[in-house]
Amino acid sequence: MASDPETPGENLDLAPGDERIGGSGVARGVRGYVIGLVLAAGLTAASFYLAGSRLVWGPGIPVALIVLAIAQMGVHLVFFLHLSTGPDSTNNVLALAFGVLIVALVFVGSVWIMAHLNANMTMTQVMRMQR
Amino acid sequence: MLGKLGWNAIPFDQPIPLVSSAVVGIVLLGVLVWVWAKGYVPYLWSEWITSVDHKRIGVMYCVLAMVMLLRGFIDAMMMRTQQAMAFHSPGYLPPEHYNQIFSAHGTIMIFFVGMPFVVGLMNFVVPLQLGVRDVAFPTLNSVSFWLTASGALLVNISLVVGEFARTGWLAYPPLSELRYSPGVGVDYYLWALQIAGAGTLMGGINLATTILKMRAPGMSYLRMPVFCWTALASNLLIIAAFPVLTATFAMLLLDRYFGFHFFTNEAGGNAMMFVNLIWVWGHPEVYILILPAFGTFSEVVSTFSSKPLFGYRSMVIATMAICILSFMVWLHHFFTMGAGADVNAIFGIVSMIIAVPTGVKIFNWLFTMYGGRVRFHTPLLWALGFMVTFAVGGMTGVLLAVPPADFLLHNSLFLVAHFHNVIIGGVLFGAFAGYNYWFPKAFGFMLDERLGKVAFWCWFVGFYMAFVPLYAVGLLGMTRRMQHYDVAAWHPWLLVALGGALLILCGIGCQIAQLVVSIRTRERRRDLTGDPWDGRSLEWATPSPPPSFNFPVLPDVEGEEAYWGVKQRALDAQRLAEEPEYHAIEMPRNSPTGVVTAFFATVTGFSLIWHIWWLVALGLLGAFATFVVFAWRDEEEYEVPVEEVARVDRARRRARVEAMPDWRRPA
Amino acid sequence: MSASTSASAAPSARAAWDDPNRVGHHGHGHGGEATGHGQGGPASKRIITGYGFWIYLLSDIVMFSAFFAAYAVLADATAGGPGARDLFSLTNVAVETGCLLASSFACGMASIAASVRSQLWTQILLLVTGLLGFAFLVLEAREFAQLVVEGAGPTRSAFLTAFFSLVGLHGLHVSAGLLWLGTMMAQIWAKGFRPNMMRRLLCFTLFWHALDIIWVALFTIVYLMGAG
Repeated sequence: MASDPETPGENLDLAPGDERIGGSGVARGVRGYVIGLVLAAGLTAASFYLAGSRLVWGPGIPVALIVLAIAQMGVHLVFFLHLSTGPDSTNNVLALAFGVLIVALVFVGSVWIMAHLNANMTMTQVMRMQR
Repeated sequence: MLGKLGWNAIPFDQPIPLVSSAVVGIVLLGVLVWVWAKGYVPYLWSEWITSVDHKRIGVMYCVLAMVMLLRGFIDAMMMRTQQAMAFHSPGYLPPEHYNQIFSAHGTIMIFFVGMPFVVGLMNFVVPLQLGVRDVAFPTLNSVSFWLTASGALLVNISLVVGEFARTGWLAYPPLSELRYSPGVGVDYYLWALQIAGAGTLMGGINLATTILKMRAPGMSYLRMPVFCWTALASNLLIIAAFPVLTATFAMLLLDRYFGFHFFTNEAGGNAMMFVNLIWVWGHPEVYILILPAFGTFSEVVSTFSSKPLFGYRSMVIATMAICILSFMVWLHHFFTMGAGADVNAIFGIVSMIIAVPTGVKIFNWLFTMYGGRVRFHTPLLWALGFMVTFAVGGMTGVLLAVPPADFLLHNSLFLVAHFHNVIIGGVLFGAFAGYNYWFPKAFGFMLDERLGKVAFWCWFVGFYMAFVPLYAVGLLGMTRRMQHYDVAAWHPWLLVALGGALLILCGIGCQIAQLVVSIRTRERRRDLTGDPWDGRSLEWATPSPPPSFNFPVLPDVEGEEAYWGVKQRALDAQRLAEEPEYHAIEMPRNSPTGVVTAFFATVTGFSLIWHIWWLVALGLLGAFATFVVFAWRDEEEYEVPVEEVARVDRARRRARVEAMPDWRRPA
Repeated sequence: MSASTSASAAPSARAAWDDPNRVGHHGHGHGGEATGHGQGGPASKRIITGYGFWIYLLSDIVMFSAFFAAYAVLADATAGGPGARDLFSLTNVAVETGCLLASSFACGMASIAASVRSQLWTQILLLVTGLLGFAFLVLEAREFAQLVVEGAGPTRSAFLTAFFSLVGLHGLHVSAGLLWLGTMMAQIWAKGFRPNMMRRLLCFTLFWHALDIIWVALFTIVYLMGAG
C-alpha cells in the first residue's frame, strides 16, 4: 500500500504493508503486484505439477514442495506485503523473524516430541506397564 | 429452551458451595446497593468502567487480582485443612468437591491473580516510564481488561450454577473429554479461559506495540528502564504463547462439542498431544508471570539503594535470553510421559541453562545494593524476601530439571512446593513490591509502612512454614492432589503446613488493614510532589496521581535514568527548568465498548456452557454489533484545553519548588 | 516535566548521574528522526496501527502452527478409514488456490485505488476481492459436504478431525475476513477515505495477504503432500 507522506521525519520507518512510492506511482504499484501474481501463479503451478509427476525423485518431492512453498510465501511477502531489507522495514522483518522462530519451535518441536512418544508409548507397551 | 440448565444446577445438596455462594452473593449485593445509594454509579461508569486510560485500567486489573487472590486463598485454606485432617479419615471435603477445589485454586491463581496483577502493573507503569500518554490502542486495552473480568466472572458463577472442572488446572484428556467429564465443569473452565485468553493476547499486542513504537523523543532502546525491557519480553511471550493455548483449548472444545477426535482414546486420537501443546503454552506462561516481577525488583532495588542499576546491558541481554530460552524447555513438565532419554536430556539441559540469566540478574541486584545507601522500605523488604526465596525455588527447579530425579519427584508434593516457591516468592512478592512501590503514584497517598512490614514478615515466615514441609513430604513419597492418606510420617508435616497457611492468612489480614488504615488517614500521608521515594525514572516526574495526559509536554530523553539527570540539574541549580510551551492535548474518548463486549462474551460463554444455542447466537450478534458501533463512531478523541494543561503542570511545579529547599531523600 | 533546555550541554560536560552507563547521546548511528529507534518520539498512528496488526497476524500464524503440528502428528491416524490419498481432489484445490491468489491480487489493486482516493475503483476491486474469496469458500464448503456424505466427516478419525479443523480454521478466517470486508466497504462508502479508514484498509490487506500465505502452507502440506 502506498504510504501517505503526511508526517515528515518518517524517513526511517514504515508500516508493514506500506511501500514508499507516494501517491502518483500507480503504474509502478500495479507493476509490482502483477509481477508478484505471475511469479506466485508460476510457482503454484509448478508445485501442483511436481506433486503428481515423476520429475523429481520420489522421496525428494516433499523437500521440493517445501522449497516451492517458501518461495511462494516469499513472493507474497515481497510483492504483496512490500517487505524489504531496507532500514524502513527492519522492525517489520524482525517481528516476522520472531514469528517464524516460534512457528518453527512449535511445529518441529511438537512433531519431534510426539514422534518419540508415539514410538515409545505404543498401546502394547502401555498395557505391559499397567500389568 | 434453556439447554442443560435447570434448578438442579444449583448445589442445594452441598452445604459448602451453597453457603459460600450465599455469603458472596449477599456481600456483593450489599456493595452494589451501597454504591448505588451513595450516588457513585455515574462516577464509576464515566471514570472507571468506560475508561480507556491505561492508569485506570491498570488499577482495575490489580483490584481484580487482589479480589481473586482472596478466593484462591480460601480454596488453599480448604485444601490445607482437608489434608491436615484426612489422615485415616475422609476429612470434610468429598473427593468430587476436593477435586474441584484444587482445580479452581490453580486456575484462579494463575489466570485471575498472577496474570491480572502483572498485566495491571505493566499497564500502569510502562507508558509513564516511556514518557508517552497512553498505550498504542487504548480502547482495545479496555476490552482486554473486561474480557479478563468476564472469564473471572464465569469461573465464579460455576460455584453457584453448576460445577467446576475436576481435572486439575490443566484439564488433561482423556479425563477432560466428554466421556469422562460429562458435566459442565470442564466447559466452564474452557470457555472462561478462552475468553480471558483472548483478552490477554490483545493486551500483549497492545503493550508490545507501545514499547516498540511509542517512546518519548530520545528514548532509544538502551535508554528504556529495565522494567520496560522485561515488559517487552513478557508481552512478546504472550504474543507467542497464548495462541497455542487458544488452539489447544479449541481442539478440546471441538472434541467435547462436536465429537472430534483430537485427544480421545478412540479413532486415533492422541491424548499426549494435548499435554505437549498445553505445555508449549504453559512454560512461557510462567515466564510471562515472572519477567515483570524481575523488572519490578530492578526498579525497587535501584531506587531504594539510591544507585543506578548495576549492569544495565547484561540485564537486557539476560532478559531477552530468558525470553527466547523459555520457548525451548517445555518438555520438562512431562519428562515421565515417555519421550525417551535423548529428548529428555536435551530439554533437561536447556532447563538448566535458563537458570543462568536469572543468576546474572540476582547478582546484578546484589551489586546494585552493594555500596548504595539502602533504605529498608516495604518494597525493598519484598525484594529481599524474593531474592532468598526465589533462589531456593530456582534451585529446586534445577534439581527437577534432571530427568532421573524428576522420575521420582514428578507430581509429588516436592513439585508442588517448587512451583509455589517460585510463583509466590517470585511473582506474588514482586506484585506486592510493585503494589507498595507504585501505590502512591496511583492514588496520591502513601501506604502505612508499619502494617506493610508486618504483612511482609507474616507472608515470609508463613510461606516457609507452609511450603518447606511440602518439600519434605514430597521426598517422603506423597503425591499431589490427595484427598486422604494413611501414611503416618506425612501427617505432622501437613499440620505444620496448615500453620503456615494460617500465618499467611494473618499477612493477608495485615494487608487489608494496611489499605483500610491508609485510606482513612490519607490526608496526612499525601504525596505532594509526586516523587515520594526519590525515584529515577519518568513516572516520578509526574504528579500523584498523574493527569489523564501524563505529561504536558513529552519529555526529551537524553540518557538512561531519564528523570534522575533532570532532577539533579534542578537540585544543583535550586530551580526548575523553564516552563515549557503548553498546547492543547488530544486524548482518546472513554468508551463502553470494553464492558459491553465483555457482557456479550459472558452471555455467549454461559450459553455455550449450558447448550442454550439461541442465546449463543444472540451473544455473538451482540458482540459483532458492539464492534460495528465502535467502528462507526465519528469522534474518537476529545481535546484537553491548554488552560487545563497549564493549570495542572503549574500546580506540579509549585509543589516541587516548595519542596526543593529541604529536599532530602526520604529517610 | 520541563522540555529540555540543556540539550546544548556538550556530552563531555555531562555529569555522571546523567548517563551512568555511558550509553551516550547518539543511540546507534541512525539520524535524529528514526521513530523505530526511539529518537524521533512516538511513531505515527498509521505505523502504530499497522505494526500492531502485523504482530496480531504473527500470533495468528502461531495459532495455525499448533493446528499444523496436530495435523502432522495425526496424519496417519486414519483409524482404519480413508486417508489423504483416497479423499483429496487436487483439481478442486487448484481452483481454490487460483481464486485466493486472484483475490489477493485484486486486494492489492484495491489498495492502490484507495491510495489515489478513487471511490469507484476501490469499491469495484474490493467487491471482486470479496467475490473471489466467496467462491473459494463455496468450493471448500462443497468439498467438506462431499466428504461428510461419503462418511469421511471429522468424527470418523483423528486424521479427518485434524484435516477438517486445520482447513476449517482457515475457512473461518476467510469468512471473518469477508464479514469485515463487507462492513468496511459500507464504511468507506459512507465516510470516504478518512485517515482511520485508510488504516483499517491497510490492516485488511495485511490480513488478506497473510491468509493467502497460510493457504500456501496449507495446500502444500495437506493436499499436495497428502495426495501426491
